[in-house]
Amino acid sequence: MASNYDNNFSKGTDLAVIVLYMLMACIGILAIFMVEYNPSTNWITSFLSGKTSYSKQFFFLIFCSFVGVFILLMDSKVFTALANILFASGLFLMLATFVIGKEINGSKSWIPIAGGFNLQPAELCKIFTALALAKFISRPETDFTKLKSHLIAGAMIAMPAILSIGQHELGLALVYSAYVFAMYREGLPPVILIVLLSFAILVIATLLLDPTLLAIILTIIAGLILLYFGKRLKRNKQIIIVILSIWMISVGTVRFAVPYIFNNVLECYHSTRIYSMLGKDYDCSLNQKAAASLAESGKKSRKPDDYNVKQSKIAIGSGGFWGRGFLKGTQTRGKYVPEQNTDFIFTSIGEAFGFVGTFTFLGLYLFFLFRLIRIAERQRSTFSRVYAYSVVGIFFFHIAVNISMTIGLFPVVGIPLPLISYGGSSLLTFTALVFILLRLDADRQMVLR
Amino acid sequence: MSVYNQNRGGIIQIIIGTIFFLIVGQLVSLQIVSNKYKLAADNNAIFRKIVYPDRGIIYDRKKRALLENTISYDLVVIPNEAKGVDTAALCAILQIDKAEYSKRIVEAIIKNTRVKAGVFEPFLTAEIYAQLNENLYRFPGFSLSERSIRSYPYNTAALVLGYVAEVDVKFLKEHESEGYEMGDYAGMIGLEKNYETVLMGQRGVKRFLRDNKGKIQGPYEKGEFDTVAVAGKNLYTSVDVQVQQLAEKLLQNKIGSAVAINPKTGGVIAMASSPGYNPNLLTGSQRRKTIGRLLLDTSRPLYNRAIKGQYPPGSTFKPLGALIALDEGLITPNYGYNCFGSYGACGDPRKCEHHNAGHAANLQLALAYSCNSYFLQVFRMAIDNPKYKSAKGGYVKWKEYMNAFGFGRKLGVDLPSENKANIPDTAQYNKDFGNPRYWNSCYMLTLGIGQDRMTATPLQLANSMAFIANEGYYYTPHFVDSIESETQEEAAQLAPFRKKQKVTKIPKEYFDVIKEGMHDVTVYGTAAFIKVPGHEYCAKTGTAQNPHGKNHSLFVCFAPKDNPKIAVAVIVENAGYGATWAGPIGGLLMEQYLNDTLTKESQLKADNLAQVDLMPQAIKNWYAQHNKSAYLTPIEYNNDELSDIWDMEMLSEGVVKTKTKDTAPPAPLPNTDKTNKDSLLPNTDKKKRLNP
Repeated sequence: MASNYDNNFSKGTDLAVIVLYMLMACIGILAIFMVEYNPSTNWITSFLSGKTSYSKQFFFLIFCSFVGVFILLMDSKVFTALANILFASGLFLMLATFVIGKEINGSKSWIPIAGGFNLQPAELCKIFTALALAKFISRPETDFTKLKSHLIAGAMIAMPAILSIGQHELGLALVYSAYVFAMYREGLPPVILIVLLSFAILVIATLLLDPTLLAIILTIIAGLILLYFGKRLKRNKQIIIVILSIWMISVGTVRFAVPYIFNNVLECYHSTRIYSMLGKDYDCSLNQKAAASLAESGKKSRKPDDYNVKQSKIAIGSGGFWGRGFLKGTQTRGKYVPEQNTDFIFTSIGEAFGFVGTFTFLGLYLFFLFRLIRIAERQRSTFSRVYAYSVVGIFFFHIAVNISMTIGLFPVVGIPLPLISYGGSSLLTFTALVFILLRLDADRQMVLR
Repeated sequence: MSVYNQNRGGIIQIIIGTIFFLIVGQLVSLQIVSNKYKLAADNNAIFRKIVYPDRGIIYDRKKRALLENTISYDLVVIPNEAKGVDTAALCAILQIDKAEYSKRIVEAIIKNTRVKAGVFEPFLTAEIYAQLNENLYRFPGFSLSERSIRSYPYNTAALVLGYVAEVDVKFLKEHESEGYEMGDYAGMIGLEKNYETVLMGQRGVKRFLRDNKGKIQGPYEKGEFDTVAVAGKNLYTSVDVQVQQLAEKLLQNKIGSAVAINPKTGGVIAMASSPGYNPNLLTGSQRRKTIGRLLLDTSRPLYNRAIKGQYPPGSTFKPLGALIALDEGLITPNYGYNCFGSYGACGDPRKCEHHNAGHAANLQLALAYSCNSYFLQVFRMAIDNPKYKSAKGGYVKWKEYMNAFGFGRKLGVDLPSENKANIPDTAQYNKDFGNPRYWNSCYMLTLGIGQDRMTATPLQLANSMAFIANEGYYYTPHFVDSIESETQEEAAQLAPFRKKQKVTKIPKEYFDVIKEGMHDVTVYGTAAFIKVPGHEYCAKTGTAQNPHGKNHSLFVCFAPKDNPKIAVAVIVENAGYGATWAGPIGGLLMEQYLNDTLTKESQLKADNLAQVDLMPQAIKNWYAQHNKSAYLTPIEYNNDELSDIWDMEMLSEGVVKTKTKDTAPPAPLPNTDKTNKDSLLPNTDKKKRLNP
């Protein structure tokens, strides 16, 4: 199959993904157009002026198309060869932002580059981490059934994630959990996932229930399990120790760890958003960071509200079954939803096209994701497969979290909707992710190392 | 290894599918199941502006407008935009201090929030309007808003017309489905209330799209859902503004009431209740200071005595008592009673005003001289009628007649809260005297001369005259004859007024006798000295005893005798003889209506009567104590010839006045020639007297 390797880029590339990519990007431009549309000005002239977001996004798309073509013309081996170097330089850039970074919207994660453009290394790191992870797992000497490998992979993911938290980019940090998909596919034991999931449930329960009540419930559960094992306990003392230590960790989490994280690690607005998602109020006076900034600025802390989510739900809900129609969304035109052309772009689709529109839109995304999984499964080389699942994970995480936050299923974290949200950086990242995958897929018969 | 974990790709697909399923589930709940988001969205983005239509106008029988609409201006403020206001200048123009300024801003915020316009100072006078208009650029956030208010060019019929006022919480609760909102105006009493739905018209709603900062973006859906305001409909009443003014004028300085009805239609020609007030005092900027004083006044100027006052009819009842006895066959027109100045058949003798023998030799004479003994006897015969076996049976029958004549029940006039007055029930007598076996006609003897517990409203008395004038039927008294471009629904509302109420089967000849007797009253009887130039008329005087001081003076009449066009009832409280006070008032009212003018002589008489002060001492004392003589001062009634001058006068008083539905801004103060004005207006100190 060497002929495949030598050919022009169109051969072996998955056309369906390219079509879906273009379709989504166009829907994105249209959605941004709906947000920015102003009936009092001629849209053609404002489009040509290049000052509106939708015209900018259009030019971003043209630029990204060139990048895509460029990637497709590259050699697949470049990616395996450069994976580790790219990852290392990505991490270096992220560290560099702490020194030469520029603060935009409260997060110091941007490096200014020529021409007024800014680079967000954390975005690039998503690609580099995916490549590096693929490279690591695909090494012949890596045995991904071993715990040691899991820990190394976990560390690779955690490094950029932690750096992102340091840059006040919680959303970006969370995205790194998406690599779990790839790791799971390569043999990460489900037990780890179950433990992590139980832990998540425990944290949510902590927020919802009274800590004392929860401690009692946990104790009762532990007691019941002890009863269940009954006689075997006498023979095997280890079970008692395991159960007791799990119980202690759970109660410790409930009573100390979770309050500590919410009050000392997270920002006040994070805690508030998470609490408000669960329908509860968070008292910001408990938050150390808020208290510190309060002492610093001397200003009274304003009670943050869930205005964004409320307006976003209103906009989507008011679409009804058929929607209000193209350019007829009152909430969109009245600019009620903040950040509507970036993080809350889904609301403009939801309001204009209603349930029919959102359902179709989600269908497109689902088709896209399943198509990527199909591509992943047809790879011969582990490198390509791991990379493919990383792309699936990143896309899925972005889609799920972004849409969930606009409809009130998830706390508001600022992550864009892939290919739809306005923003050149984000569009470029997703373009690169997809087209590198397409390049690798075109060489699926090759075994890349 | 890839083969080894192949199934995990499927699991990942399942996980992704599940999450998407959850998202779709939430979308179903948001977009399909719940409609609260749609409402919330409309609340957010659609600004409803209510367009108020002009209220309907009320005309008198000659199409003279009893009330009109006038444009007044309010100073409104949007608190959030009121920054950098030259408060000192504004306070100086409005003559308020800074504390008052901040108080009003706070009030506006409480009432209408920070972002909506709230009233800062309502009903600006022309002078202040002009000053503000010039200086408005110095007061950001403030603007002048137009509003339509009522004005009453004839200064008359305040209680009949009623007033409009801002709706309160209670009103909103009672009219929940009718779409009123806080700050709306609605008719509160009188015709304004009764015909509220007709007069108010249909409010229009304009919808605008607004953005998150409350700024209007443009019409919503190009105005597809907007509704147009439909102006209120005009009412055409049977009121004669000149008779109405005369009635009010004649009742000045007295407590009482006068009602005039056109027997041919039941249309009320005039309805006066005294003390009254100038309806213009309850509009615009004057309302605030007037309403409280009117409510507190001990003489109750807001109490419409014509439909709520309960008076013993006294001798004015006698024609009806005779009708009952005639119809029951108990007496003939020739029946006579030998009265020597008192009636003693029930023990304790009852006085009669006349002593000469033969003054009650027949019904006609007895009516003319108003012989008490005669009608006491006739009443007893009706109650003790052997046909009904017991006094109770006779009484029930008698009460039946009374109810048929319109007494003891609501007539159904088109004014709110009419009183039914009282024709006592047998139950009341049973309660007082025990078992009906134990009481007889002597127990309630004075019912026969319109006393005892019998009471009637002036409207009921006037209606009974219409009944006699028509010889056996009446039309339900009403004001509104027709509504502009009447719909079926509105026609149905007016239908009861257009139906002849034939309530008894008393034959015509009995009415003829009664009419002759009542005519004799005006020829040689108790009202012989009261004349209506050019017309023969029928009347009955009444002097009713009452437990609260001097006798009430009553007078009922209709004219002309042979083709009655007007039936009148007049009551002057605590005044004395019916013929002395109520009688001349009734006569003048008939003259004014039938001749459309008063003779010089009558005019003089009217002026004199208007000056006579018959206020009970207790009320005068109250005024003295509370230092509020203002309400005793007469209202200046202008008429057609003066209406042009009135316009100028209103301007000079500061009430911005334009002609009906004229939306032009008010002209600046006209340079009226002071001397010229004085010569035309007899009372230049009117303002001073009305607003001391």
